[in-house]
Amino acid sequence: MAAVLLKNTVHCALALTVVFAGIAMLFLKLGAQFAGFAQILVYIGAVAILVVFAILLTRGSETPKDGVYSKFPLTGLAIAAAVFAVLGWAVLNSASVLPGAENTSVAAPTVTVMDIGNALMSRYVLPLEIVALLLTAALIGAVIVAMHEKEEAK
Amino acid sequence: MSPLSGYLLVAALLFAIGLAGALTRRNAILVLIGIELMLNAANLNLIAFWRYGPHPEALTGMMFAIFSIAVAAAEAAVGLGLVISIHRHAHTTDLDAMNRMKG
Repeated sequence: MAAVLLKNTVHCALALTVVFAGIAMLFLKLGAQFAGFAQILVYIGAVAILVVFAILLTRGSETPKDGVYSKFPLTGLAIAAAVFAVLGWAVLNSASVLPGAENTSVAAPTVTVMDIGNALMSRYVLPLEIVALLLTAALIGAVIVAMHEKEEAK
Repeated sequence: MSPLSGYLLVAALLFAIGLAGALTRRNAILVLIGIELMLNAANLNLIAFWRYGPHPEALTGMMFAIFSIAVAAAEAAVGLGLVISIHRHAHTTDLDAMNRMKG
């Protein structure tokens, strides 16, 4: 909640890290160990650091004089509140048809990392390769985009 | 209220907060943070439905969430690279000030 409300951008990034940790705890509580640890590694370890670096590189920690919100903050808030109202209404109204409503204490499925590895290498091998390609392309693209001006200046 | 509804409500709240952040802040990095929050809400939904769905042994939701995390990491890297490049070019991260497409 505080991640988008604070004025200081660095405080926003730290609150974002706390949010990511909370989501990782929820993943672990849901029995998805691998996704939980991947969340910790990727988000807290990489994305939060990237955000902090970007903030420091762009001197975004200086609070702008003319406010931190855009021209139409009330419109954005109204849209977000409407989206939450619709989602909450839908969830609460469909509670009886959701799976797990009747047997709330269903046993947690035991998924080992070996199962995930086997699935990744057998059934999901094509998405895995595509993700690998995408990550490589994104890495190269990010480096090129961020280094462009410096190369031109040389 | 079943636990799945609770998780879905948490995810909906997270999504709404992320949407509010993405729509109301001026700083481009804060907008990216809002987008990350929305992606996390979607991931939470995927994991929750996988856990309470009829076939949790099929691993489908979990795989989707893992691939989504990977794509989100790539998106964050490219987005922050773009923000740094724009800042180097225009010396601002204020989205309202970025009103030119010609460099």
